[in-house]
Amino acid sequence: MLTIGVLGLQGAVSEHIKQIEAAGFKGVLVKKAEQLEEIDGLIIPGGESTAIRNLMNLYGFIDPVKDFSSKKKPIFGTCAGMVLVADKLNGSDDAHLKLMDINVTRNAFGRQVESFETDLPVKGLAEPFPAVFIRAPYAESAGPQVEVLATYRDKIVAAKQDHILVSAFHPELTNDTRFLELFLEMVKESAKTTGAEV
Amino acid sequence: MERALGTEAVKRGMAAMQKGGVIMDVINAEQAKIAEEAGAVAVMALERVPSDIRAAGGVARMADPRIVEEVMNAVSIPVMAKARIGHIVEARVLEAMGVDYIDESEVLTPADEEYHLLKSAFTVPFVCGCRDLGEAARRLGEGASMLRTKGEPGTGNIVEAVRHMRQVNAQVRRLVSMNDDEIMTEAKILGAPYEILLQIKREGRLPVVNFAAGGVATPADAALMMELGADGVFVGSGIFKSDNPEKFAKAIVQATTYYTDYKLIGDLSKELGTPMRGLEISKLQQSDRMQERGW
Repeated sequence: MLTIGVLGLQGAVSEHIKQIEAAGFKGVLVKKAEQLEEIDGLIIPGGESTAIRNLMNLYGFIDPVKDFSSKKKPIFGTCAGMVLVADKLNGSDDAHLKLMDINVTRNAFGRQVESFETDLPVKGLAEPFPAVFIRAPYAESAGPQVEVLATYRDKIVAAKQDHILVSAFHPELTNDTRFLELFLEMVKESAKTTGAEV
Repeated sequence: MERALGTEAVKRGMAAMQKGGVIMDVINAEQAKIAEEAGAVAVMALERVPSDIRAAGGVARMADPRIVEEVMNAVSIPVMAKARIGHIVEARVLEAMGVDYIDESEVLTPADEEYHLLKSAFTVPFVCGCRDLGEAARRLGEGASMLRTKGEPGTGNIVEAVRHMRQVNAQVRRLVSMNDDEIMTEAKILGAPYEILLQIKREGRLPVVNFAAGGVATPADAALMMELGADGVFVGSGIFKSDNPEKFAKAIVQATTYYTDYKLIGDLSKELGTPMRGLEISKLQQSDRMQERGW
């Protein structure tokens, strides 16, 4: 069985694990960097990106996650996770993991009272996805290697670059697993090349 | 594309993003920045922390909007603020200012001794205190999107928060083990909305995040509350009433994340300086017990 780790430092962790297990994969809470060795794909969940970054620094996660990525193992960042994987952050010279060629603005849609739900058309999904945006970021621009999967009012809110997937919204807060399945497919594909047991 | 604001998913989801984190009381921009840098997931903007509210006496109201605004401008993490129980206008003012979450709080002097706010009528989400499942379910019925224990704020004494967390969780376990035909009577006994209890029974858990609050004074206190099943921790007077707020704040954040790593908690607790001076709950006058406010 393939194992998906969810970075368990802070945020909506249990929601992801529940969905991963419902989809027939093993879900693991990742609280120590060594655990990255045991997983086939990593989800960086929604939460407060500054708090998560802080704990990633303190507990030595930055380089191990970069190593994990350099092995082409899939990573899925939701909301704060999208902020954490971006190459560039608008209004800051301090981007975090720099794994994807996107320029991200934090809290881009405004404060919590501007948080919203919408039915969002997503490339690769037949029907629109019930997207929940919470103090969400968006990507202002993306490099040529990035495949844009969804935009909202002309801003990039879901994208893929090679083995990295991001969404500004929260698939884990809905009962709709189609977006997660896009990631699980990426993990299956990557496992084939590494010979992990599916 | 059409969008819907202030939906249940958006309000409850916001609280879910705070899980495993620490929300810190602050009274100015400088404290807010210390909290953010220490890894707080949100700050609660106040005019006075609970222990100073206790000391000052008199009527405690919503903070001066200038303080709330100052804090909002200082940090990028969410900013919460407190409104008095039942004070519709204080809550609407905070909502209009763009505060990210409102705490309808017993720490302030209640504006209404009979009715709490109808929180479902607001776009901004609310957190409310509870001591037991009946109180939790009533607040959910009114539209609270997040719960916290009441504890006994501003005392630096964890005993009441422990009591309330254990009580709610024990009552949830009891409810889950009940037959469906027993739920209506349980609703009557608890004074709780029947539909909410039914939902909790079906899902096996509270439908929203439940944090610990009211007496957390040390990293070990924060870890204890996580051990007892809290989704995260509010720290009121504990941080900025300690000798070294910066170090203290960081230690509480780490103890909350790694709450079962006891060696780490031991290391974090070394030479933290004096925590806030605690109060013995039994020495409090009945009228000074904030947890009795609201119903």
